[in-house]
Amino acid sequence: MHLIACPWCGPRDEVEYAYGGEGHIARPARPEALSDGAYADYLFMRRNPKGVHAERWVHAAGCRRWFNVLRDTVSHRILAVYKMGEPRPEAGP
Amino acid sequence: MVEPYLRQSPLDHLSLDARAVGDPGGAGVVAGERRFIAKVSLRGDPADPAFAAGAKTALGFAPPVAPNTVDGKRDRYALWLGPDEWLVVGAPDTQDKTVAALRAALAGCHAAVTDVSEGRTIIRLTGAHARDVIAKGCPIDLHPRAFGPGRCAQSRYARALVILHQLDEAPTFDLHVDRSFADYLWRVIEDASLEYGFAVVAEPVMAALKRRRTPQGQD
Repeated sequence: MHLIACPWCGPRDEVEYAYGGEGHIARPARPEALSDGAYADYLFMRRNPKGVHAERWVHAAGCRRWFNVLRDTVSHRILAVYKMGEPRPEAGP
Repeated sequence: MVEPYLRQSPLDHLSLDARAVGDPGGAGVVAGERRFIAKVSLRGDPADPAFAAGAKTALGFAPPVAPNTVDGKRDRYALWLGPDEWLVVGAPDTQDKTVAALRAALAGCHAAVTDVSEGRTIIRLTGAHARDVIAKGCPIDLHPRAFGPGRCAQSRYARALVILHQLDEAPTFDLHVDRSFADYLWRVIEDASLEYGFAVVAEPVMAALKRRRTPQGQD
C-alpha cells in the first residue's frame, strides 16, 4: 500500500485515491483542425516509461481534488506531488 | 426539503430508541444516531473578499481555510471539505434558515449554497474504545498527535465513504455517512464494537454525556 501526500490533506492511504493516467497532456487549441491521426495521438497514445512518470491522481474519497504525482514505475516510489497548474519538478533521488 | 411527517431516518428500521439505555455503564463504545441534523453545502473561493465577508456575515464565523479543520459555534459549525467547499452543520430544521441567510449574503458572488440535509445521517461514537473501533475500518491516523478535537477528514470506513469529525477528547466522533450506506455502516461498527462492550443511547442522553465532559465546543 502507498501513502500518497495529497497537496491539501497530507499523507493518506492509497484506498482514498483514484488514478487518472498520464499528466501534462494539453488539449489541442483547435481540435477540429487536426487530422484524425493527430487527434487519435492526443486522445489515445500515452508514454509508458520505465522510470519516472508524471501522472494525475484524484483524492476521490477525500477532498476530491486532482493533482500531479511523479512516480518511478520501476520502484513504485513517489518522488514528488504537486498541484494542478504547477510545473513538473525535477525528479528527486 | 422532505415534508416533516414523511421524513424517516435511514436507521429507523433498526429501532435504536427501543435498544437505547439511560446509562451506558462500562460499555467501551457508546453509539447513537443524530437524526435530521441540518447540513448545507457551501462552495466559493475564500480568497474572494466578497465571498469571505458574505459567508462570515451569514454564519457568524468565517469558514475555516486550514484543510480538514472545523470552526464555528456550538449549534452551527463548518467542516472543511475542500479548498472551496464546506459542510455547514446545524441543529435539526435550521437548514432553510441557513440556506436563506447564505444566499442573501452571497448574492452576486460566485458561490453555491445547497441543502444536503437528507443526503447523509450522522452516527456518533464515544467511549474509551471509540478510537479503536474507527481505526479498525478507517485508514486515517487517529493518534492524538495527528488528529484531535476540531479536526475532520473525509475517508472510508470499511469501504463506505464517511466524513469523520472529532468533537472532544473523550473521544467523541461524528461519522457522516450517505443514507444508503447507513445501515451497512451501523452494522459493521456494532460488530466491530462487540469486543469492547457496545451500548446504544438516545440523542438526549448522548448530548448530556457530551456536555458533562466538555461544556465548551460543538454539540
